[in-house]
Amino acid sequence: MNKVFSRSKGLTDVPFTFCPGCTHGIIMRLIAEVLEELDILEETIGVSPVGCAGFSQDFFTCDFVGAAHGRAQAVGTGIKRALPHRTVFTYQGDGDIAAIGTQHAVHVAARGEKITSIMVNNAIYGMTGGQMAPTTLTNMKTSTSPFGRDPQTMGFPMDFPKLLAGIPGAAYVASVSVDSPKNIKKTKDAIRKAFKVQQAGLGFSLVSVLSTCPTNWGLNPSESLKWLRENMMPIYEMGELKVSEEVEKL
Amino acid sequence: MPKAIVIEKYCKSCSLCVEICPKKIMAISDHTNDKGYFVATCIDQEQCIGCTLCATVCPDVAIDVYK
Ligand SMILES: Cc1ncc(C[n+]2csc(CCOP(=O)(O)OP(=O)(O)O)c2C)c(N)n1
Ligand code: SF4
Ligand code: SF4
Ligand code: SF4
Ligand SMILES: [Mg+2]
Repeated sequence: MNKVFSRSKGLTDVPFTFCPGCTHGIIMRLIAEVLEELDILEETIGVSPVGCAGFSQDFFTCDFVGAAHGRAQAVGTGIKRALPHRTVFTYQGDGDIAAIGTQHAVHVAARGEKITSIMVNNAIYGMTGGQMAPTTLTNMKTSTSPFGRDPQTMGFPMDFPKLLAGIPGAAYVASVSVDSPKNIKKTKDAIRKAFKVQQAGLGFSLVSVLSTCPTNWGLNPSESLKWLRENMMPIYEMGELKVSEEVEKL
Repeated sequence: MPKAIVIEKYCKSCSLCVEICPKKIMAISDHTNDKGYFVATCIDQEQCIGCTLCATVCPDVAIDVYK
């Protein structure tokens, strides 16, 4: 009898610190599997954010550096430029990359930095107690929009990967989801492609993953997946949003 | 025979494996791990087809599947 599914060598044996049913864990597993399958665990350096993924360094077996809130891509840029032969990725929440870190994301894309960013969009600041994020949906209740997000005073939800896809230095941008086995597979394919883009030196690559936050959404894990599917997927453009000509040839 | 084994220390009782299993053989048991979560378990290994769906959706990488 063969083991057809087991813990990736890219993960340590430390249990994730996420809440029950939180899909951050699925995304971390997929990254670890891709790093193992591409045989780049030894050379990879991850950069962790501030947010619920702030303990990433405990979960991955590759090297890791912790960054201040929103600064993972600036740290990643420095590492990649000093050590161009290492594979560098950032793992960041929507609040980290698309609120306080917006400037870095935009300019990392504009400069075509040869790093990979994984954005985990749960439409909320998970770690700090469920405050509204730029990605919070219209009418969505959060602890700082208790009557729902009103675009007239609180702005509209921002489709951040779509924005970055419009920047020339972004070679590969994909928007995916982990709400079902089929979409989990698509997410893994997108992550693999993003790392291959970096290996080929083709520019900046980003995979934005729609993810749940059962705790702050006030839903159980299964209801959260349904809510994501029914409410987030129609708002955020899904699929490969940017595939440069060179990436096309990969 | 295929089988799905829950590694109890990782399980957080989220039930996502219970809902996805096409054979309906995953269930939340009545005993807890060190963290106090009622752990999931396969209640009828004979029926397992080794499809790995439970492990694919498990957010805590708590399931090994053999085939
Ligand atoms: C400079 C600074 N400002 C604010 C905070 C507080 N803070 C910690 S995590 C966080 C947002 C986290 O949200 P997100 O990036 O979406 O990650 P999630 O927890 O949802 O995965 C904020 C505002 C901080 N730690 N540092
Ligand atoms: S607060 Fe939300 S995002 Fe953070 S671990 Fe819990 S469920 Fe996941
Ligand atoms: S491998 Fe498939 S059949 Fe077996 S327990 Fe998991 S989901 Fe059920
Ligand atoms: S999906 Fe994983 S964590 Fe959730 S109940 Fe099943 S084995 Fe436990
Ligand atoms: Mg968030």
